[in-house]
Amino acid sequence: MSTNSISWSNDVAESRPFVDLIHEWVTTVDHKRLGLLYIGFAMTFLIVGGIEATVMRLQLIRPHNDLVSPQVFNRLFTMHGTTMIFFVVMPILFGFGNYLIPLMIGSRDMAFPRLNAFSFWVMAFGGLLLYFSLVGANGLYGAGNAPDVGWFAYAPLTSQTFSPGHSTDFWTLAILVSGFGSIGTAINILATILCMRCPGMSLGKMPLFAWLYLVTAGLVVLAISPLTAAQIMLLIDRYLGGHFFDTQAGGSAVIWMHFFWVFGHPEVYVLVLPAFAFASEIIPVFSRKPIFGYSVMVAATVAIGFISMSVWAHHMFTVGMGPGANTFFVLSTMAIAVPTGIKIFNWLGTMWGGNIEFSTPMLFCIAFLFQFLIAGLTGIMQACAPFDWQLGSSYFVVAHFHYVIVGAILFCTFAALYYWFPKMTGRMYNERLGRLHFWLFLIGFHLTFDFMHIPGLLGMPRRIYTYEPGRGWDIWNLIITIGVFFQAAAILVLLVNLLWSFWRGTRAGNDPWDAWTLEWSVPSPPPPYNFYSIPAILSRRPLWDLKHPNDPDWKYEGTP
Amino acid sequence: MRLRDCNYCGRSRFSAPILWLLCCSREVFALPAHSLSPTNIFAPASTPAHSILGVSLFVLAVTGAIFVVVFSLLVYTVVRFRKKIDEASEPAQVYGSTQVEVAWTVVPTLLVVALFMATVRVIADTQRVARPYNALEVIAIGHQFWWEYRYPGLGIVTANELHVPVSDSGRATPTFLSLLSADTDHSFWVPRLAGKTDLIPNHPNQMWIDPRETGLFLGQCAQYCGTQHAKMLLRVYVQTADEFDQWVKAQRQTARPTSAASEGQRIFESTACVNCHAVAGTPAKGRFGPDLTHLMSRDTIAAGVAANTDENLRRWIRNPDEIKPGSRMPAMQLNETQLDAVTAYLETLH
Repeated sequence: MSTNSISWSNDVAESRPFVDLIHEWVTTVDHKRLGLLYIGFAMTFLIVGGIEATVMRLQLIRPHNDLVSPQVFNRLFTMHGTTMIFFVVMPILFGFGNYLIPLMIGSRDMAFPRLNAFSFWVMAFGGLLLYFSLVGANGLYGAGNAPDVGWFAYAPLTSQTFSPGHSTDFWTLAILVSGFGSIGTAINILATILCMRCPGMSLGKMPLFAWLYLVTAGLVVLAISPLTAAQIMLLIDRYLGGHFFDTQAGGSAVIWMHFFWVFGHPEVYVLVLPAFAFASEIIPVFSRKPIFGYSVMVAATVAIGFISMSVWAHHMFTVGMGPGANTFFVLSTMAIAVPTGIKIFNWLGTMWGGNIEFSTPMLFCIAFLFQFLIAGLTGIMQACAPFDWQLGSSYFVVAHFHYVIVGAILFCTFAALYYWFPKMTGRMYNERLGRLHFWLFLIGFHLTFDFMHIPGLLGMPRRIYTYEPGRGWDIWNLIITIGVFFQAAAILVLLVNLLWSFWRGTRAGNDPWDAWTLEWSVPSPPPPYNFYSIPAILSRRPLWDLKHPNDPDWKYEGTP
Repeated sequence: MRLRDCNYCGRSRFSAPILWLLCCSREVFALPAHSLSPTNIFAPASTPAHSILGVSLFVLAVTGAIFVVVFSLLVYTVVRFRKKIDEASEPAQVYGSTQVEVAWTVVPTLLVVALFMATVRVIADTQRVARPYNALEVIAIGHQFWWEYRYPGLGIVTANELHVPVSDSGRATPTFLSLLSADTDHSFWVPRLAGKTDLIPNHPNQMWIDPRETGLFLGQCAQYCGTQHAKMLLRVYVQTADEFDQWVKAQRQTARPTSAASEGQRIFESTACVNCHAVAGTPAKGRFGPDLTHLMSRDTIAAGVAANTDENLRRWIRNPDEIKPGSRMPAMQLNETQLDAVTAYLETLH
């Protein structure tokens, strides 16, 4: 299978008229193009959400700062949270899933290509709707009004009484609409993985990547549905006189919390399992060993999927659920640490005895392991309900979940971006710039989020636009803000690297990493139909078998 | 209910010497922690905060040990198995090991069981507590963006500054708080006295404190409640029994304004002020804002945001947004003379 046999080269695409090119991208149902659209969409919103975070940190650089008003600050953290969760992390993970799942399981596209396109455009519409609130929420007169009820929008702050105008409606509709897109994509991923694997690829021979996305997709269906229901209930409350969350009329503020977190906690695993998927592909290749304990990894993934549905109320230890409920959620939350710990140990087991090569993707993965370990341990602290009575809603929590979302998920996503960049563009990224990005981001991350734990322990609650001097919080907030500049610089380096390498990078060839899964058997970038002929495989590492005909994997794996 | 300095010293199965040292030796631990920040969770001054610290230190010790072990393994792996320059061949391909998998499943499971047991004890000790007969009862009501305190047994209504008696080992007088909300969700968090508990409309909650030392304890609202969530500060004054009794006596008297302030009183009572504020013994009976009967007995105004001085009070009445933008109190558009008069009236409310 040589590059010459493929008529779809970059040169042909570039020579078309620009309008044609746009038309092709807008009407495409190709999983690879949709994947890239998802990733591009997410990167754009990453910059927007990052700017919001930077302004917040500048406001908090010293006590009683008045860079922004409390109203603006409240909008900033609401938009930052909503943007990062729904319009950065979810789309970027769907993007990689879309691009890679068919290639990894030897399929020519997703199961439902049109649903795939619909899902993407609906999600994009949701993102634009959220930001349209900036001009639209006050009916286009004067300064706009972005949502300011916090990303989990606790009732009754979202009722007409406390949140008049349309900003909360934009928030509700944005999440409602993008939720449909997420469910569509999840169903698509489930159908693709279950029905479209190439000959020989039993479930036990799928790459772990596919397993993790299978569980993720299942969780998306189960988690987004209650969120969608809750948003509809909120709309009914606001416009049709419903009383679901109307505490003045016998409604319950607590029921909104349950609805939100029964989405919100599985959502954490929806976001982190794809990050595990990236790590589970990248760590073996750069350690030159197969994944350690494949079947245990699969079992741990499925266990995480199940247990994650029963831990949601650990976000509610302070709402007065009573000792019985608190005890149950302490147990289920601590229990999830076991399969998660197993995963960390298995990645370590994969590296143990290998020849670890420190390319940029692997550097990000090693940092991920370190940071995810800490994020898990601070998670255990908060699983202990009494400890959480102190830590909950403080900066400690903010530090903890940024350790998960940035330290684990974003680091893995950067690793994935570098690892599959040659496949997606046909060109290598610049390794020197990649390392610079890694080190700058690592320093910035640790300056910001390590020190963010401390003001939480010293009693600083989250979501405050300013704070009193003399609480011992000043120095920590200064350090946290300094870290932001390192992170921003790192993101600039990443963008320069991606753009420069896209046009000037050296040609990558089919398989620059000497890797083992099917996507590396096709040209870079892959042709629209992916595979010239559908491959048939015998083991989890088909390319290893090809490269080592005398010592193939299928002799050892012993899977059915 | 028995109130103890520390749950772990009394009867705990976890009362290992190291733990006792960690959570009970105030000389070693509590004093520097307190000086670091007045809201430090590691400087407890009341049983609930103290039992939380006990279990927290146990959890920190266990997670710290896990961190050291796994982190060392990670560093060792990365250093020991890094690719050597001259290494061309692939390493031995190992697919897994059942024994190792069992080991790193069983050990974490046992740790989880231990952590769970320790946690459950403190949940029960803090939440399953009956109210003793001599406990002080206070109703705390969260408002956007201030605190209302009502003492139903004593007939006192006040705002933003909670006064409670000290509860020393000789005479335990804990304070039980019923937590209500008048509008959105709030959270009562004074880290040195207890963990936080939310105030949720239509969902009454309870918490208790038994401060062991006198003094001022700070905190603030810990659940996002709207524009001025940041400036909804908590002040708890823990007083000796005598001081507290004196405070109660003073608070139970109605206001006795002097004649000099009568012009201010007339303005106060003829504008919208009285829709929200109450001054006992006068026609002002509003309940939407803080009770002003004994305004001058408070150190601060605007929920702890500004010192209760002549200048601040005047600034606040002229335009609350200047001190606390987004506050629910409107600027009443008073002219300078009216401002002086109203300020003078308020300053008679001792």
